Amino acid sequence: MRFTRAAVVATAAALTLGLTACGGDKTESGGTGTAKSFAAGSTMEKLNKAQAIKVGTKFDQPGFGLKGLSGKPEGFDVEVAKIIVKELGIPTDKIEFVETTSKIREDAIVNNNVDFIVATYTINDKRKERIAFAGPYYEAGQNILVKADDATITGPDAFKAGDKKVCSVTGSTPAENIKTYVKDVATQLVLFDTYDKCISALDGGQVNAVTTDNVILLGYVAKNEGKYKLAGDNFTKEPYGIGVKIDDKDFRSFINDTLEKAYKDGSWKKAWDDTAGKFGAELGSAPAVNRY
Amino acid sequence: MSVWVDKFDVFAGGFWLTLQICVLAAIGALVLGAVVAVLRISPVPPLRALGTAYVTIFRNMPLTVVMFFSAFALPALGSNADFLRIPGLELVFTRLGTDLPYFRFALIALTLYTAAFVCEALRAGINAVSPGQAEAARSLGLTFTQNLRYVVLPQSWKASIVPLGSVIIAMIKNSALIGFFGVVGDLSQSADQLTSAEGYAFIPVAIGISIGYLIMTVPLGALLDRIERRQAVAAR
Repeated sequence: MRFTRAAVVATAAALTLGLTACGGDKTESGGTGTAKSFAAGSTMEKLNKAQAIKVGTKFDQPGFGLKGLSGKPEGFDVEVAKIIVKELGIPTDKIEFVETTSKIREDAIVNNNVDFIVATYTINDKRKERIAFAGPYYEAGQNILVKADDATITGPDAFKAGDKKVCSVTGSTPAENIKTYVKDVATQLVLFDTYDKCISALDGGQVNAVTTDNVILLGYVAKNEGKYKLAGDNFTKEPYGIGVKIDDKDFRSFINDTLEKAYKDGSWKKAWDDTAGKFGAELGSAPAVNRY
Repeated sequence: MSVWVDKFDVFAGGFWLTLQICVLAAIGALVLGAVVAVLRISPVPPLRALGTAYVTIFRNMPLTVVMFFSAFALPALGSNADFLRIPGLELVFTRLGTDLPYFRFALIALTLYTAAFVCEALRAGINAVSPGQAEAARSLGLTFTQNLRYVVLPQSWKASIVPLGSVIIAMIKNSALIGFFGVVGDLSQSADQLTSAEGYAFIPVAIGISIGYLIMTVPLGALLDRIERRQAVAAR
C-alpha cells in the first residue's frame, strides 16, 4: 500500500508540473480585470467579482465559432462574446468556452452550464419559452446552394413541383423552413449531421441543392471557386441572438446596451471583418436590438 | 411532458419508419446470414473461406463505418441501390421506391452488418447438434444439402433461436444510426428534430423515443423467453 500511495503522489506531482508547463506559455493576455460597479445582486456583479465566465458557442461553424488547431474557438460569435465579457470587466483570457451544439443550447442555459450563449442562435418564439434572447447582433437569411451550371433552381419554390431534392442539417431551423416548400418530405428532403455530407451528396447527384443560412453556404462557395453558386436571394430572416436565462432581465439589457455601444464604436464591424466577413458575406447595417 | 401529446404524430411516424427498416433488414439479414452460415460449414474450402472472410469483415467493422461506405461509397461507384426497388414491396414500404436512395443505403448497411451476427448465431446452433447426428445421416447416404435440410438445421434451430433474437434486438437498436446517414423521420432523427429545431427539452423527447424502441424490443424479448421455456421443457 505504501508503494501505491507513493505512486499516487508522484503522479499528482507530475500532473501539477504538466499543468504548470501548459499554463506557462500564454502569449495573449486579454487585459487586466477591473472591478466595475454593477447593481448589487445582479449577474454582472456576480461575474465581475468571480472574474470567470463560461460562454457557450459552436466549435464547428466556420466564420462564427470554429475550434481549429490553435485550440481556441475563433469566429464572429467568439468576438461578440469577447466584446460583452470585456464590458463586464473580465479579461478575455478568463473566458471558458463551452461547446454548445444546436441540440443542447437551451438545456445548457437552463441547467447553468454556461452564463450566456453566442452560437448562431436564431431567435424564435419556441425557444423564448425556455430562455431569453438579447440582440439580435446579426441577421442571416436562408439561401440555397446549387452547382454553378444549374439554372433550374432559382429559389425555394423550385421544390414545390416535387422532383428536386434538397439537403440540410438535421435539427436545424433551415431544415424546418424548407419543409414548408417541398411537396413531399419523404422523397425530397435529406438530412445529415454535417454540411460536408450534404455537399458530398450534391457532388454525387443524390440531391440537387443544399439549403441553410447564407453565411454558411458562402463559406462553401468561397472554398470551391466556380463550383457552386447561391440560387437567388435569401428567403427567410434569421436574427442571431444571445441566449441568457429567461428571468435575467438585467443581464439581458446589459448585453443589449453593450451591443449598441459596439455598433457605434466600430468594434462590432471589426469583429465581422476579421472573421465571417472574409467569406464575402455582407454585414449589412446593424440590426436594432429587441428589448422585449 | 406535453411534447408527447403535441407531437404524437412525429413519434408515431418515427416509430413506423423505424419498424419498416427493421422488418426489412431483419428479413434480409436472416436470409443472407443463413447463406453465409451454409458457406462457412460447406465442405468446399473456397466457399468456406468466402464465408469466413465475410464474417471477419462485417463483424469486426463498426456499423457507422459500414453505413459510411454504403451511403457515400455506393454513390461514388455510380449506384443508387435501385435493385431494391422491388415492385409490390415498395407499395407497403414506400421509402424503398423513392428517388432518394438513403433509405435503401441504410437498409443495405444494416443487413450486411447484422447478417454476420446472424451467421454466427446459426453456426453456434449447428455446432450444438451432436456430430453423431450428421455422421449418422452421412452414413445413411444423405447428401450435404439433405443432411442440413432434414437432420442438422431442424435441430440447430432450437439452439439458435434465442441468440438470433438477441441479434435482431441489437439490430433494432442499431437502426438508431440511420438518421445520421440521410434517412429523414425515423425515431432517433425525429428526436433530433424535436430537440434542436423545435426547442423541446431533451429528456421528455428521449423518454418518448425510448418508449418507441421498447415497444419493438420488449415483445420480441418476451417471445424469446417463452420459446426458451418451451425448449427447456422439450429438452427434458
